[in-house]
Amino acid sequence: MSVRSTILAFLVLAIGGLLTTSALRAGDGTTVVETVPPAVSGSTPVPVPAKGKGDQCVAPTDWMRRNHMTMLKHQRNTTVHDGDRTGRFSIKACVECHAVKGVDGKAVTVADPRHFCRTCHDYAAVSIDCFECHASRPLEPGKAARLQGKSEDMAALTRYLEGLGK
Amino acid sequence: MSCCGKSDKSSCCSGEKPSAFGEPSPLDTARRWFLKSAAAFTTVALAPGVTLMAFAGAAPASASPGRGPVTAKERWGLLIDVAKCADDCSACVSACSKEHGWKETGHPLTDPQWIRKVTVSGKGATASLPVMCQHCASPPCVDVCPTGASFKRADGIVLVDKHLCIGCRYCVMACPYKARSFVHEPLEDQLAHAPRGKGTVESCTLCVHRVDEGRKPACVEACAATGHGAMVFGDLNDPESAISKRIAQFPTHQLRADLGCDPGVRYGTGS
Repeated sequence: MSVRSTILAFLVLAIGGLLTTSALRAGDGTTVVETVPPAVSGSTPVPVPAKGKGDQCVAPTDWMRRNHMTMLKHQRNTTVHDGDRTGRFSIKACVECHAVKGVDGKAVTVADPRHFCRTCHDYAAVSIDCFECHASRPLEPGKAARLQGKSEDMAALTRYLEGLGK
Repeated sequence: MSCCGKSDKSSCCSGEKPSAFGEPSPLDTARRWFLKSAAAFTTVALAPGVTLMAFAGAAPASASPGRGPVTAKERWGLLIDVAKCADDCSACVSACSKEHGWKETGHPLTDPQWIRKVTVSGKGATASLPVMCQHCASPPCVDVCPTGASFKRADGIVLVDKHLCIGCRYCVMACPYKARSFVHEPLEDQLAHAPRGKGTVESCTLCVHRVDEGRKPACVEACAATGHGAMVFGDLNDPESAISKRIAQFPTHQLRADLGCDPGVRYGTGS
């Protein structure tokens, strides 16, 4: 009986000790993780969409994140049916401001995972139908906001292409 | 409320009905007074709107950029002078293609049909003329559309709302002018002002994006640029507009006027 009690007590202590140690480790881990960018925060990667041009969007970012789909849907009706083009939630403006440039200097289409819509929509597994009809990139040169990809990539690509010619 | 507004001579409104006991009861009288007052108030409330419309009538015919919802004050239309339209010229067709980004797909039976040149002959004469969506006042395409995608704007421009279009092509069948076509292939890099997509029906929009900015349709500009000047765009509701004056001065025709669709596109000769 006493042997059993001793074994039980030992087990309880051992498990407790293990739990305590892992909790501490978790605590340590958290403090470490906080120092790295949110894109790789913890075990859950979060999307980092490209920033648009200018200082701010037509509405606060948090609000846009939750309501952009409703506003686009609302404005599409007022624009198409009423001919009212005074609204500020225009998909054309989204594309012009948030477009992401590829390494070739041209804005990427929605076929590219770096497209500003796909960054989040791929993550949330929400399909978008907008670009079956609408342009997913500004066609006019100089409209894309950010150069996604580094100049070293471009230089490497150029070297590779030059190498092919030889 | 509208019935009460004309209630002096009509008995459609319960406020004007005699009570069940012959003479109006005090309650009925009070209600009648209230309804009459309400009708008067409505008239006053409507007055600024009416005044606004009257003032708006003096404004230029072209739409100002960035304005609000369109109204039925205007009815946009086209006049095509068949005598000036050259047989060998298709500037309007190429301008439309460039403006909206549509092109021939190599399959003539299913190619986009926004605007096309047609040669008509009869009674010893032939004429060449462009045919596009006729922007009817009573459009059959709108009547048959099961989803409300085919619609007429307040200013008379007939459009397809591709958000609602399910691609049934009933409107393609209904249109007497064969003005609509269906997109069969996936598209990419559409123009920002001219969204087009596979599985939806499309047609001439009367360059609605330009009209809303106060500009003329691309075909009209191109026709003027060639020097033919066979197309006039303007407000059919405004008797002072160039198109209305031409229509008043010279005989014009609507295609298949017997169908009663009242097209906004007119064809004529002489000017």
